Amino acid sequence: MSNPNTSSSGESHGSVSSYLIGFVLAVILTVLSFGVVMSHSLAPTGTLAVLSVLALVQVLVHLHYFLHMGGGSEARWNNIAFVFTVAFVSILIVGTVFVMANTSMNMMSR
Amino acid sequence: MLGRLSLSAIPLDVPILVGTFIGVLIVGVAVLGLITYYGKWGYLWKEWFTSVDHKRLAVMYIVLALVALARGFADAIMMRTQLALAYAGNPGYLPPHHYDQIFSAHGTIMIFFLAMAFMTGLFNFIVPLQIGARDVAYPFLNNLSFWMTAVAFMLVNISLFIGEFSQCGWLAYPPLSEMQFSPGVGVDYYIWAIQISGVGTLLTGVNFFVTIVKMRAPGMTWLKMPVFTWTAFCSSILIMATFPVLTVAVALLGLDRYFGMHFFTNDGGGNQMLYLNLIWAWGHPEVYILVLPAFGVFSEVVPAFSGKPLFGYKTMVYATCSIMVLSFLVWVHHFFTMGAGPDVNAFFGIATMIISIPTGVKLFNWLFTMYKGRIQYHACMYWAVGFMVVFTIGGMTGVMMAIPGSDFVLHNSLFLIAHFHNVIIGGVYFGYVCGMNFWAPKVLGFKMNEAWGIRAFWFWLVGFFFAFMPLYVLGFEGMTRRMNHYDNPAWHPWMLIAEVGAVLILFGVVCQLMQIFVSIRDCNKPENRDFTGDPWNGRTLEWSTSSPPPVYNYAIVPHVSSLDAYMHDKENGIDTRQAGGQYEAIHMPKNTAAGISAGAFALIFGFAAVWYIWWLAAIGLVGVIATIIARSANKDIDYYIPAEEVARIENEHTRKLMAQAAE
Repeated sequence: MSNPNTSSSGESHGSVSSYLIGFVLAVILTVLSFGVVMSHSLAPTGTLAVLSVLALVQVLVHLHYFLHMGGGSEARWNNIAFVFTVAFVSILIVGTVFVMANTSMNMMSR
Repeated sequence: MLGRLSLSAIPLDVPILVGTFIGVLIVGVAVLGLITYYGKWGYLWKEWFTSVDHKRLAVMYIVLALVALARGFADAIMMRTQLALAYAGNPGYLPPHHYDQIFSAHGTIMIFFLAMAFMTGLFNFIVPLQIGARDVAYPFLNNLSFWMTAVAFMLVNISLFIGEFSQCGWLAYPPLSEMQFSPGVGVDYYIWAIQISGVGTLLTGVNFFVTIVKMRAPGMTWLKMPVFTWTAFCSSILIMATFPVLTVAVALLGLDRYFGMHFFTNDGGGNQMLYLNLIWAWGHPEVYILVLPAFGVFSEVVPAFSGKPLFGYKTMVYATCSIMVLSFLVWVHHFFTMGAGPDVNAFFGIATMIISIPTGVKLFNWLFTMYKGRIQYHACMYWAVGFMVVFTIGGMTGVMMAIPGSDFVLHNSLFLIAHFHNVIIGGVYFGYVCGMNFWAPKVLGFKMNEAWGIRAFWFWLVGFFFAFMPLYVLGFEGMTRRMNHYDNPAWHPWMLIAEVGAVLILFGVVCQLMQIFVSIRDCNKPENRDFTGDPWNGRTLEWSTSSPPPVYNYAIVPHVSSLDAYMHDKENGIDTRQAGGQYEAIHMPKNTAAGISAGAFALIFGFAAVWYIWWLAAIGLVGVIATIIARSANKDIDYYIPAEEVARIENEHTRKLMAQAAE
C-alpha cells in the first residue's frame, strides 16, 4: 500500500539481458519440440521421450528466467508457492494418467 | 465483413425472446433515461465505474450478482414450468432447441456470474477491512477483474438476442459441443464468456492471496486472522491453482472448434473423456471455492448473534485448510460411470467421503458456538440456521453419491440435481445472503429491513424443500436431468410439486427485492442508521471503523494483539481507532479508466470472435493489449490525502460517536 507503483518485494526482477536469454532459450526449445514432431525423424516412443525432456527443460527455463525462482529475501514464500504448485500439478498429472489409462483399458478406447 | 453475422441471427421467430427483448429494451431505456435526466453519468463514471476502491467494487460486484440472479432464476422457473406442462400429449411451451439453451445458461450464469460475483463482492468488502488494510494489494487489477466479469456476463446476455447460447449444459461436454454436433455460435459464446470472466477471477485470486499474505495489520499473525479471511485465503489459493485448468480445457475445446484440431473429437485420435477429466479437476475445487467463503460468513455471523467467541477457532482453520487440500483429490466422483475401474473409483469415492469429516467438524463448531449462547434471532441467524439444516441434508446425499455403486444408479438423474442444489442453495446462496444482511450496515451505513429479510428466508427455505425434495424422488424413479418432455404418469405429480416450490422461491426473490427497496426507502430512520460502525457488537476489526468506512479505511492502522481483535480492545478499554492520535498523509491509488477500457475491448473481441468477424476481433485484442501497456506506462496513478483532511474526517466521526454515547 505504501507505494503501489513499485511494490519492491526484495527479489531481483531480472535485467533485459536475462529476459532475452530466457526468451531465446524458450524459443529454441519450442522450435525443437515442433521440429521433432513435424519431421517424423523419431519413432513415436522416441518422440514422446524427447518431448517430455524438452518440456521439463522449458519449465526450468521459465522458472529461472521469468519467475526468478532462487535466493532472495522472498525465497520462503517463493518456495512455499513452488512446492504447492508442484504438488498440485503432480496431483493433476498423476491423477489424469491414472484415471485415463484405467478408463482406456476398460473401455478399450486405445 | 460481418463473418457469420446476419439479420437471420436475430431470433424474431421466438415470441418469448422477442417479448423479453422488448421488456429489456423498455427497462433499459427507462434506467438510462433516468440516469441522464438526473445527470448522474459523471457521478457514476467518477465514483463507481473507474473507482479502484475495494468498497465500491464490492457493491458493483454484488449488484452484478443480483442482476445475474434475476436472469438465472428466470431461466430456472421457465424450466420448472416447462416440465410441469410437458407431460404426455402436451409438448410444453419450450421447444428442445430453446429449452437446452435455457438449462445451459441457467447453470453458467448461476455459477460464474451469480455465485462467483457475489463471492468476490464479499471478499472485496470484508477482507481488506478485516485485516486492517487500506485497500487490496493491486487496486487496478481489482477494477479490471470486475470489468472482465461484467463484460463476460454481457456476452452471455447478448447471446439471448443475437444468435443463440450453448445447448450443451453448463460445462459444454464434447463431443456434443464440438463443431460436428454444435455448428452454431452457442458454444462459442460460452467459450468466450468463460475465458473472459476467467481472467477476472484469476486476477481476483492473485489479488486476495497477496493482500492477505502481505497486508495484514501489525500483530495479526496467521492464527489471529478472522475465519472469513482464512476462507477467502483458501479460496484464493484454489482459484489460482485450478482456474488455469479450466482455461486450458476450454481453450483446447476452442482450438477444436476454431482450428479443426482433434483434442476431444470422436475422430482424429481425440478423446472426449480427457475433457471430463480436466474440466472436473477445476470443477470440483470450484464448488469449494464457492462454499468455503460461505462457511467463513457463518463463522462470523454465528458468534456475533450468539454473543460468544467462535467455538474451536483452530479446528475451524485446520478444517478449512484440509478441505482445500482434499478438494483436489475428488474430481473423478463426477464421472464414476465413465468407465474407470473399481480401483480408480474406490480411491476417489473414499477421498470424497473423507471431505465430509472436516465439514462435519465445522458444523459442530457452529452448533457448539450457539450452545448456551445468548442467541438473537436476527435475519442473519435465520439464514445461518436454515443453512445448517439444508446443507446437512445435501451433504448426506452427497456421501450417498460418493459410493460408486450407488452413483451408477443416481448418475445424471434428478437425484444429482437435487443434491447439488441442496448444497449450493443451502450452502453458498444462504451463506452469501446471510453475509449481505450481516455486512450491509458496514457497506451502506444503514441496516437492511429485517421483516422482509425473514419473509424472504421462509419463502426460500420452504420453496427450496418443495422444489427439490420431489427431484430426489424422481431421481429414484429414474428420471434423468435435462429432459424436455416425458410420458411417465408417475412423474407428473412430483413435477407439479416442484413447480409450486419454484413459485415459492419466486416469492422469496421478490421479498429480497422488497427488502432492498424498503431498506433504501427507510435508510434515514434513526433506528436503521448505523452511527457507531458497530451495530451487532462485532468481534473483528471491520466493526471498529465508521459505517460506511472512509475511503482509506483506517486513519491509523490498528495493532492486533489477539484473535477477535476488536472485541479484545472493547473488553480492555482500548480505542482501536486511536482517535486523536497523530494523523499522517495517506497514500492512495487514483481512479482509472483502464479497467473499463480493457473490458470494453474484451467485449468487442469476444463478440467478434464468436461471429468470425476477424478484423473486429483484431481491434478488440489490440485494444486490450494497448490499454494494459498504456496503464503500465502511466506514472500518475496515486495521490495523498493530506493529514488535515484525515483529521477532519476522523474528528467528525469521533463527534458522532460521542453524541451517540451521550444519548
